Amino acid sequence: MSQPLLSIEALSAISTRDGGQPVLRDVDLTLKRGEVRGLVGESGAGKSTVAKAVLGILPSTVKLTGGWVRFEGQDLMQMKRAAFSALLGRDITLIPQDPQTALNPARSIEAQLTDGLRLKLGLSRTAARARALELMDEVQIRDPARVLAAYPHQLSGGMRQRILIAAAFAPEPKLVVADEPTTALDVTVQKEILRLIRRMQEAHGTAVIFVTHDLGVVAKICDSVTLLYAGKVIEDGPTARLLNALRHAYTRALLSAGPRYDRPDAGLEPVPEAVFAQLRAEIGLSQSNSEGPRS
Amino acid sequence: MADLSLPLAVPRHRGKTLRVLLTEPRVVLAGGFLALLLLVALFAPALAPKDPLEQDLMLGTLPPAWLEGAEPGFLLGTDDLGRDVLSRALYGTRIALTVAVTAAGLSALIGTALGLAAGWYGGWADRIISRMVDIWMAFPPVLLSVLLVAVLGSGLHSVIAAIVIIDWTRFCRVIRAETINQAGLDYVTAARAIGFSRRQILFKEILPNVAPVLAALISLEMGIAVIVEAILSFVGLSLSSDTPTWGGMIAQGRQMIHQGWWVLVVPLLALFATVLAFNQLGNGLRVALDPVMRR
Amino acid sequence: MAVSPLITRLGLALVTLFGVAVIVFCLLRVVPGDPVAMMISPSATPADIAALKARYGLDLGLGAQFMLWLGAVARGDFGTSISLRRDVLELIGERLPATLELAFAALVFGILAGGMLAIFGTLCRRTPLEPVLDFLNGLFLAVPDFVWALALVLLFGVFLPVLPISGRLDPSVPVAFATPFYLLESLARLNLAAVGDLLAHMAMPVLALGLPLAAIIVRTLKEALIEAMLQDYVLLARLKGMSPLRLVVQEALRNAVGPTLTLTGVQFTFMIGGTVIVERIFAYPGLGNMAIDAVINRDLPLIQGIVLTFGALFIAINIATDLIAALLNPRQAHG
Repeated sequence: MSQPLLSIEALSAISTRDGGQPVLRDVDLTLKRGEVRGLVGESGAGKSTVAKAVLGILPSTVKLTGGWVRFEGQDLMQMKRAAFSALLGRDITLIPQDPQTALNPARSIEAQLTDGLRLKLGLSRTAARARALELMDEVQIRDPARVLAAYPHQLSGGMRQRILIAAAFAPEPKLVVADEPTTALDVTVQKEILRLIRRMQEAHGTAVIFVTHDLGVVAKICDSVTLLYAGKVIEDGPTARLLNALRHAYTRALLSAGPRYDRPDAGLEPVPEAVFAQLRAEIGLSQSNSEGPRS
Repeated sequence: MADLSLPLAVPRHRGKTLRVLLTEPRVVLAGGFLALLLLVALFAPALAPKDPLEQDLMLGTLPPAWLEGAEPGFLLGTDDLGRDVLSRALYGTRIALTVAVTAAGLSALIGTALGLAAGWYGGWADRIISRMVDIWMAFPPVLLSVLLVAVLGSGLHSVIAAIVIIDWTRFCRVIRAETINQAGLDYVTAARAIGFSRRQILFKEILPNVAPVLAALISLEMGIAVIVEAILSFVGLSLSSDTPTWGGMIAQGRQMIHQGWWVLVVPLLALFATVLAFNQLGNGLRVALDPVMRR
Repeated sequence: MAVSPLITRLGLALVTLFGVAVIVFCLLRVVPGDPVAMMISPSATPADIAALKARYGLDLGLGAQFMLWLGAVARGDFGTSISLRRDVLELIGERLPATLELAFAALVFGILAGGMLAIFGTLCRRTPLEPVLDFLNGLFLAVPDFVWALALVLLFGVFLPVLPISGRLDPSVPVAFATPFYLLESLARLNLAAVGDLLAHMAMPVLALGLPLAAIIVRTLKEALIEAMLQDYVLLARLKGMSPLRLVVQEALRNAVGPTLTLTGVQFTFMIGGTVIVERIFAYPGLGNMAIDAVINRDLPLIQGIVLTFGALFIAINIATDLIAALLNPRQAHG
């Protein structure tokens, strides 16, 4: 494998609102084909901004100031609008965060699952429906014909997320961006969904960028991890190495801040302020601009 | 992605209100225009170049000064009876503003009292008042006002009475909804916990918080009252056709539209500007005085 | 919609209609001036007047008069117009279709223009065109049909005389209509000359009534569309390659249309109220125009009939709006 699937080089961005606060500072990230990469950081660290930059859906409050995003060698930033649009939804797809809001309440599941297939792959209505039934089977939805005819409000959160996963893998993309796909779900459903994403990814050989703040999730699903703090990459490497070493104070802090699956009632432990102070000193930030924009 | 800003009942600072109002351009512009209109109404006898009632059939249907055939001294021309259009339009502000202020004030008084009663005390009071509003809403307002003036006899008092009888419902509906809304907020519970009586809470807590909505509604109602008066004058049910009113002039202008369009254009523009000003003032007040929208 | 809320709704509607009837009846009993004195020649003897009063039940007590009147109304007997000396129901039957054609044409125009402009406005978001559209919309929201009607008369009747400013049909158009629904009938018969002339006469009243409605629809619908466009499902659809127009129409519109629909129902009743004065301005032979004449002539039976008709119409529209809203909501339609 010579060429990486996705390479992000020195990506920088500022917020257009808070007087040009940096949102991303020289972010580098390389993703091989079929790799599952965790993009980890606290809220505001810039992980969603990176994901949105790849999808070309940055909000108007964020402006890119430099760097490249190359997909299979092509610079996405310089690409013609039409070529980029053709790429999106076919080679790069998205599993969104909240299955409550990611399905249109007014359209049937079939309409929503098939319009990607019809628009992007040019399938006929019947072919798209047949493919949709296969996909439903693959994401382990029982009675797929009935679910296809249903409307979103008739399905559970886990069921909806399965459908969104099916839709994301439907066009056989090379890269799936999963934007905190389990945060809105019950803990028990979370595990199933993680397993499902991993299995789908392996079966289709798809690379995944998995955006999360939860190192517990990373440990379960990711091959490698990029850790962001205040818009800067502070750690990058294989998951096993990262988790075993726990070299960095921030990594430890973040891990202890994650929810405890063995003790769900324990709640979240706050990250000690001293750890943040040390981190700020380490990456050369002053106190005042440590608060990045919320994603 | 979710916007978590919660509407809170912000304490009002009386001294600041005026300054806040002056920062809202609509309030300044529309308020300025209406203040000017008030001056015109007060000083109409000094401003009007002619007696608005003086007829001279020799000088009938003269065009405005910039057109051919105009007579000096009749800046905006004359109607078919030779009366000065400018002078009549200036005097017309008197009737328009009288109706606006009295009709809007009285409807606000009645509507607010009933709206507060229905919203705050609920129960049978709410049921009766709400049903009355429903019945009122089943009448076409224009038809009802025509009917009422026919019953009450034509004249200024009847016009004002008709507007009040019809339009108290506008205040009642909005104030009722707003009261129910406010009653559910925490500050009301807090006031009750301190031991304020229901009546005290109504006047000390609820009323000041519905006041911004009320101010906006009164301004909007003034615009509506001006229109209703014009409509009734147009139909011939307001004041005698001698009295200079915009609606009366419009009716006259509509009849002689092919002979002298200016008789219609002048009062119509006056009506247009006045209604627009009341409307913009109302909208501006609503935005400027709303503690939630004020940021 | 389930059956029982519908029945409740109908029950409440009947109560409201009864209230309207009571108010109309009471209002007209306090009208100064004896209606009988107006119907009869000055040379009539007191015995003649008494006979006439007995005929109309005017010699009974108020309660008895009301029951008599209500019973007659329930049987479809609205009495005889005093000024026109014809059956009230017949008169309403002639005039109501003209008003309905006008109101529905204005409704269709308002919905189409408002809907399209709302979609256009959503697509124009954050462009230099947005403030221009918002300003114009504010203007049409602020100024009512009465003023627009007169402005249109000046514009297309006087300064640029391209449209007729009064009436419903030019007498030179030779058509013998079998029904009072002239426009529908001409359309059904494919009589294009008559359709053209009817539409030319309706154009300005329809604009005057429809533009403020369109403005309200634009404001409400655009707000809801912009809200809906922020949802994740729109983002996903955008990634699937849908065009902006299709995003708005297919993804956002159905989820955004609910509040607009309810509002349109309410505004439609206001608009029918507006036909009264707009018909007057354009001398359009509808129910509203006749209503004003009836009031000026103190024609009690006619006024009662017309006001009750309007009241029933308003209530019917409210119920229809509720039904349509329920049908369009997938949660209820497929639940």
